[in-house]
Parts: sequence; structure tokens; C-alpha cells
Amino acid sequence: MQFLEAVRLALAQIRVQKLKSFFTLLGVMIGVMFLIAVVSIVEGMGRYMQDDLMGKLIPINSFELRRNPNVNLGDTDMATWEEYQRRPRIKEEDIGPVFAALPPNVAAAVRSEDNITVSSRYVPKPKQVDAQNVTASYFDIKKLGVTEGRVFTEQEDAMGTPVTVIGKDVKDYFFPNVDPVGRELRVNHIPYTVIGVAESQGSAFGISLDKFIVAPYNSPLKQLTNRHGVIDGIIVQAPDEQTMLAAEDAVRAVMRTRHKLRPEQKDNFVLETADQDLEFWNKIKGYLVVAGIALPAIGLVVGAIVIMNIMLVAVAERTREIGVRKSLGARRRDILAQFLVEAATLSTVGAAFGVGAGAVIAAIIAAVSPLPTHVAGWSVGVAVMLGAGVGIVAGVYPASRASRLDPITALRAE
Amino acid sequence: MTTSQTEEAPLSTTAERRAITTANPGSTPGAEWAIVARGLKREYDMGGEIVRALRGVDLAIRRNEYVAIMGPSGSGKSTLMNLIGCLDTPDAGEYWLNGQLVSKMDDDELARVRNKEIGFVFQTFNLLPRSTALQNVELPLVYAGVGADERKQRATEALERVELGSRLGHRPNELSGGQRQRVAIARALVNRPAILLADEPTGNLDSRTSEDIMRVFESLSSQGQTVIMVTHEPDIASHARRIVVLRDGQIESDEPRDRFSERLSVHGSSVVG
Repeated sequence: MQFLEAVRLALAQIRVQKLKSFFTLLGVMIGVMFLIAVVSIVEGMGRYMQDDLMGKLIPINSFELRRNPNVNLGDTDMATWEEYQRRPRIKEEDIGPVFAALPPNVAAAVRSEDNITVSSRYVPKPKQVDAQNVTASYFDIKKLGVTEGRVFTEQEDAMGTPVTVIGKDVKDYFFPNVDPVGRELRVNHIPYTVIGVAESQGSAFGISLDKFIVAPYNSPLKQLTNRHGVIDGIIVQAPDEQTMLAAEDAVRAVMRTRHKLRPEQKDNFVLETADQDLEFWNKIKGYLVVAGIALPAIGLVVGAIVIMNIMLVAVAERTREIGVRKSLGARRRDILAQFLVEAATLSTVGAAFGVGAGAVIAAIIAAVSPLPTHVAGWSVGVAVMLGAGVGIVAGVYPASRASRLDPITALRAE
Repeated sequence: MTTSQTEEAPLSTTAERRAITTANPGSTPGAEWAIVARGLKREYDMGGEIVRALRGVDLAIRRNEYVAIMGPSGSGKSTLMNLIGCLDTPDAGEYWLNGQLVSKMDDDELARVRNKEIGFVFQTFNLLPRSTALQNVELPLVYAGVGADERKQRATEALERVELGSRLGHRPNELSGGQRQRVAIARALVNRPAILLADEPTGNLDSRTSEDIMRVFESLSSQGQTVIMVTHEPDIASHARRIVVLRDGQIESDEPRDRFSERLSVHGSSVVG
């Protein structure tokens, strides 16, 4: 098994000259390391965006009718921002017509929100929290459950009862060591009764999503969040994609009519779905992919050049050995194969180290930054194959030179 | 070739040799001839000047002969050795090795012949330093495409033949000079070659070890192996049973040991220049 012999020799060579071999492998190792790290960021982010984040912020098959987008993952340029400011607001009066236009078996909720100062008698300092004024169906649509107590009902909403469901952070801060259910929370000095504590929503990019309170739409908070009859949005949840698209069309038609838009004018409101925000992520992903190709490519090209040079030196140093092998019956292709395998082995070992280093970097990034990472299995396979491939390409010239050595001259070498 | 003989095989006679080397070009020598070389010529272009290393050499070596080839530097001794060893091809003439016309073969065919028919033993041993004795001896079998188990078995046998059966796992730097040369000899023998071609095999050994190694060659010869030894030392050459002396690219003398030793004692080492 000449192949195995050559691999064994190559590994023995690496072991004997560990430091020199390490520097030889560095280029390939770094190239592969970048590949693994970048891919794991893209994969990690992709999964997070797809499964976690978007699921949390914007449920599947749902959209929100808003004046402007809620989730803004990038910088909006001046022109867009100005256009956003010029848009008419969504109003209470729009609720009726929009609800009426929706297809059957579609759920809808109204929401208004604002940052409101909140205080309790258990801690001296009041704080601002995100206050959401919503209709009762909000909990179902957002799949917002409670770990303690309950959510409020449609009746309580209709009556405008001052009850509220608070987020975990709000509970931890305002009701330390005390069961908040049944107790009073002052929302902008208005007394509300806590009836439930929401499940933890985790965090997005390191920012906690649990600093909120949810109160019925018609409760006293309305005066603050719904000034001048303005609402922030109407959330619509459909059971499947087809129905959602139908609902989107219906709402869009109603709003365009109410805003008196001509056919050629664009919407001056937004029906925000998870897809739009994912679009932004896809754009970032595009950049990351480019980086994920460019950086490793540079590393691999440099690695190939280094390996080629080291192999040329090896061939020169082992000229006599090549002469001996030829005298024992090695043909050109035997010598060629031997050195190709050595170069490929070297390179593959470098790739293996690169995979390890890339995985470590991915773990570090996940630990110290809000970016999630996930080492993709396919990237490991690609990395190893790239490693072998780079070695073969780098080794072709030196191996070819070795194979063409004249045995007599080679035997006379030092 | 592998039958054991306790008495020395008869040398080819001058007449026989002349007959076979002057036969018609292209006529295949009989099976009893290991080597038949007819009119070998080899020239080199050394920067414009043509150097005639071999000017028409006839050489016939029968199976199981033990021949030493001698000559001063510039005699063409090395060139002839390279041709015999199929490391090079002649510019003119024929070289028949074990019944095959080798002089017109291409690189790959020559490699195959080297693998199967020739066992090299070098002055500097030329073992692979990072391989064990066993792995070194297996190498010709690797190139012959022999499977791992058979390789190991044959290599072990070869090492046992040179009395190194207990050193299979040692690396060259763990072996003495004499042991290294034994490993080299085992490697040369492992493919059961037509000829064992040794180039100054004792050049890097002390006198006692040299004697040991020469005894190994003697033993191999008595077991039927054809041995060709290239050397410049008359003492070493005298171990062979036939001594060929080259001078200026041609064979000057080709005679049995006794006659050579006689001339040596009468004329001194000027016999070999």
C-alpha cells in the first residue's frame, strides 16, 4: 500500500520537525480557521434569526400593520427616515374597517406602546418600561404565556380594568422577594393590579426582552399611549401562509383606500412580516459570505505557496533518497505520488488544526459577544477536502521535479 | 540460481565469453548468462568537449559468477556500473540482462528491471533514516506491488539470511555500520534479483567489519547468487573469483583470481593503475 506508506512517512516527517511543520501548516490552518469561524457565525445567526428571534418578535404567518417598521436591524438613510416621518398615523378609526376586511379564522389584536415610568412601593426608584396597550387576543397571537397568575380577558379589556401582566425583569426589580400577583404597580402614577407574570422572552443581541408590561387596550394607560386616537399597530395572525397573504391583501386594500392612495403611489404604511426583517439579515449574510470566501481564500493561497516552497526544499534535501528509491525500482509516477501524498497529508493536517482553531474561535465569539454561532458539519467536510486539495495543487510542481530527477545524479547528491 | 552449492561453480571461459559477445547482434543469449554486453559505448558532452567514457566494452557474466570490476578513476568503471545497473542506457551496443535486451528500454521499463533483476549495495548504505530495518527491506517489494503480509514475511526472511532477524524494528541510527550494510544487502536480495551489484560495499567500514561483510557476499555467492563487485581495492577484489580491469573506457584484463593475484604480487598495484 504505497499510499499508506507515504502517509505514514509524511506524518513521521511532521512529528520529527514539529516547529517547522507548524509554520508550514500555518497558512492552510488560518485559511480553514476563517472558513469554519465565519460559516459558524452565519449558521448560528441564521438559525437564531430564523428559529429564535423572528419567532419571538414576529410570529410565523403573521404581520403587523404599522406606520413604520418596528424591527430595524440596520441604519435607515436620511431620505427613508424623512419619508417615514411624513406618513400618516394609524388611527383608532382604522380598526373597524380593517377587522371587517379580514378573512375568517384570522386572529387580530390592536397594540399601542410607549415607554412609561412605573413604580412600586417595594423599591424607591421608579423605572421606565416598555408598556403595551393591547386587546386580549394579543396573548394568543404572540404566544405569550404566564408563569404566575393569568392574562386578562376580553371583558376586562372592554371595561378598561387597570390590570397588567408584567415581564420577568419588571417582577424581579419591582417585587423582589415578593409574589407580585394581586399587588399594586403604579403606571405613570395610575394604580394597576398585577395579575400575572409573563414567561421569559430571553434576549436579542444581548438586550433583555423582559422589561415590559402588558395592559388592556381600553385601560387608563390608553390616554398616554393612544394620544389623539393614534394606535401603533394592528397585529394579524393567520393559520397558514396562504390565508396570511389573503389577509395582507385585504388590509392593504382597506388602508390604501382610507389613505386615498393612487395606484401608482407606494404604501405609506407597512405590513411588517418576519420576512422583511429576514431580508435585512440576508443582506448582512451576503457580506459575511463574501468575507467567508475571501478570507479563507487568502489564507489558503498563502498556505499553498508556503507548502510548495517547503516541498521544493524537501525535494532538494532528499535528492539522494529519491535516487535510492529509483535505484530500487521506483518509477516516475511512484515518486510523484509519494510527494503529492506528503504535501496533501501536510495540508490536511493543517486543515484539521484549522477546524479545531475555528471551532474554538466560534465558541469564544458565542461566549463573549451577543452573536450566536453554530459550527456547521458540512463546513468541516469542505475544510478537510479543501485542505487535501490545496496540498495536491501545491505539491504538483515539487513532486514533478522530484520524479524527473536523474537517478545517477541524484545518487551523487549530498 | 537459488540452489545451494557447496563447491564453487565453474567460471565461464574466455572462449565462451568471446563467443557470446561476438555473436550476431540481436541474438538472445542462453539462460545460463546473467549478463551479456556487446560493444557498449557511452559518451558525455562536458561543456562542448566529448568525453568517451566507454569505448566499446564486451562483457559476459554467467549465472552464479562472482566478479570484481576494477579500474582507476576515469577508466569508465562507474559508467559501466551504471549501465549494468540499468541506471543509464548505452549510446551504442547491446546489453542483455537475464535474457532481456535492456539497452533500448524506456524509463518505466528500466525501473521495473531495476526492481526485479538488480540488487544494489552502496558504499554509503543509503537506507531511509526514518524507517525501520524491516521497512527498508520491504521497499523494493512495495514498488513491486506486493501485499503487506507477504512483504513482511519476505523481508523478515531476507533479514534473517543476513543474520539480523533480531533487529527488524531498529532504525538505521540504532545500528552499527556493519549492521546497516547487512540491512542494505537484505534489501538488495529481497526481490530475488538476477545480480547483486555492490559499489565499494566496504568503503565506509573498518577492516574487521569489512571482512564480515565480505564473508556475507561469499556466502551468498556459494548459495548461487551472481555477485558483481565494483571496487578499487585489490584486497577486496581478491575475494571475487574473476577480476575485470578497465582502463580508458575499455577492458584491459579479464582473468580468474589466481592469475590476477599472481600479477599483483609481481607488478604491484600498478596492475590496476
